[in-house]
Amino acid sequence: MLHEWFYLVIFLSIAFLLPAAAILIAGLLSPRKTGKIKTSTYECGIETVGSSKIQFKAQYYLFGLIFLIFDVETVLLFPFAVAYQKILLFGVIEAVLFVLILAAGLAYAWRKGALDWH
Amino acid sequence: MTLMQVIFLANALVTIFAALMMVTSRKLIHAALWLVLCLFGVAAVFGMLEASFITIVQIIVYIGAIAILILFAVMLTQNAVDDSYKGNRRWLMTGLVALLALGGTLLALFTWPKVASLSTALTTAQLDIGLIGQALVDPQGYVIPCEGSSLLLIAALIGAIYVGMERKGEEK
Amino acid sequence: MSFVADPVTFIIDWLQRVLGGWGLSSGWVQFILFALGAILLTVGPMLLTVGLIWVERKLGGRFQDRLGPNRVGPWGVFQTIADMLKIFTKEYITPIGADKVLYNLAPILAVGAVLGVWAVIPLSSTIFGTNINVGVLYIMAVGAIGELGVILAGLGSNNKYALLGGFRAVAQLISYEVPMVLALLVPVMLSGSMGLNDIAGAQKVAYVFLVPAAALVFFIAAIAENGRAPFDLMEADSEIVAGFNIEYSGLKFGMFYVADFLHAFTSALVFSTIFLGGWQGPGAEQYPILGFIYLMIKTVIVYVFLLGVRFTLPRFRIDQMMAVNWKLLTPLAMAAILVTAIVDKLTPGGFGLVRIVALLVSNVGLLLITNWLVGAYVRAHRARRQVVSGPRTVVVAPPKPVSEAQEVNA
Repeated sequence: MLHEWFYLVIFLSIAFLLPAAAILIAGLLSPRKTGKIKTSTYECGIETVGSSKIQFKAQYYLFGLIFLIFDVETVLLFPFAVAYQKILLFGVIEAVLFVLILAAGLAYAWRKGALDWH
Repeated sequence: MTLMQVIFLANALVTIFAALMMVTSRKLIHAALWLVLCLFGVAAVFGMLEASFITIVQIIVYIGAIAILILFAVMLTQNAVDDSYKGNRRWLMTGLVALLALGGTLLALFTWPKVASLSTALTTAQLDIGLIGQALVDPQGYVIPCEGSSLLLIAALIGAIYVGMERKGEEK
Repeated sequence: MSFVADPVTFIIDWLQRVLGGWGLSSGWVQFILFALGAILLTVGPMLLTVGLIWVERKLGGRFQDRLGPNRVGPWGVFQTIADMLKIFTKEYITPIGADKVLYNLAPILAVGAVLGVWAVIPLSSTIFGTNINVGVLYIMAVGAIGELGVILAGLGSNNKYALLGGFRAVAQLISYEVPMVLALLVPVMLSGSMGLNDIAGAQKVAYVFLVPAAALVFFIAAIAENGRAPFDLMEADSEIVAGFNIEYSGLKFGMFYVADFLHAFTSALVFSTIFLGGWQGPGAEQYPILGFIYLMIKTVIVYVFLLGVRFTLPRFRIDQMMAVNWKLLTPLAMAAILVTAIVDKLTPGGFGLVRIVALLVSNVGLLLITNWLVGAYVRAHRARRQVVSGPRTVVVAPPKPVSEAQEVNA
């Protein structure tokens, strides 16, 4: 199994180096005439108003948290899925219980309106 | 020195370097990126131990979810664009205390016979992920902690929603 | 094995013999073979993208009752090469105040993440990068790295529209990852392994006929993960100009573009491998080259279907997208897991008729129940929403008297 991970390391290195090399080559081929107006921030063609950091809603963070919870749940379900063919119905019922508890959590979030985008 | 030792040393150096850069970065966003590199290093350690499931879970959960949450949090708390670092005047004392605590814990751990002796490597048959799955639903295995973890997750979900949602009538 | 039946293994064996004959140790031989295979599997998709962009533009034109590119070369086949030459020589305009590390890292992460998926896909029963035993989760992991690229692009551009676009894009991407991973649990359950070659090999009957509910959820979630219409809020929104890649120009923008198109083909490839049987087909076991051809045919069919969806459906609003994800797809995916888990345990194993029919009926029943529930929800929602007001006549201002204007002019 180690050589499989080794292959993936080599593959990912090449996969990340290839676009980097392409960008570098294009950087050498392209002209470089910087001007003050050219490099200013784009805001629909007019001058920027206010600082460029915005107050962002806590809603993004809440969606991230909900995603994290469901991500961990799904990742915990994967070993069960791999072992599925070998376990009895009793084990399946336990995993069903696991999913149902988290479905209850999703229903709670739905009722509370945490899933609505304002 | 075998190839594995060289790879492990290189990986450890990269991880420690990333951790150092993380705590000494001026900009928070750079610190978050160094954290991502550090987490990759930890995943590589798991990969070298042939625990492929834990490696991939580390990448999915830590880098795919928690690092993104950290980036969101960095943006949430960085309204004023100032990267000024006020500093910590008691850093020497704190550093010494932390060093003593970590050193003492490691010393205590390594004099514990179960930790100090090398355990036997698992055979390929024992590395099957299906075994983890069977253990997770086995009544003599880990089913109670598994269901307990689902209750923990739902508690976290309810807590997050309670803390994160605006109460009705409260001003934004 | 002969060259015609299994060219890749033949070449690998021949190379091993040649390199071993030159006196290299077996470790180095392995390393060189790995590197060669990796280079082939990364450069191949990048070259494939050239053809894909042409196919997309031509077919898109036909879907929309227009011609598509037809000037540069016969049927416009050299259009993409012309565009590539142009984009290679465009200037990189970096905005002031942009964070150099974040700004430059983002396109590399975006493309690298899509290329990384090609490492685990079995192009045939013997042609694959690696059959790692966590293949399905690996696809999710590299998808997560791609999302990191998107948020870095938004954060590093020093532009509040890029930031807003980046946040929305990441919110969409992470939300749609949940039903995607949940739907991927079902084929893992049915085949007993996470390795993609094992899943492809276990499909004596393609899983789309056994678990259509999970296949549908995965298909929709894959379109949304890609950022294509009808979920293309990330790239073509009139409120936030061009989304997170506003400040990119030249090849860096080209990289985002390439990542988008290649991701569509890669999603089709993953769907074909996991749900349509991958390289399975008559004679694919003895002649692996046939397996590659079958996989390509299936992928192209799914890809054309993806294009049809893209050029036909209008765009979703962001709140509609989130509602579809959390209120429709996630519960549907969970229900699909529960239904499949219980029904599969109750029916005898193997690919007997009882199991196939039971699974198919339960999944289709689940889809019909979901359809009915969605209809009921929409009807109830529509009844609750009140109409603001009826149509009013527009009041027209009376024209000014002509004598006043003549007085002023005189």
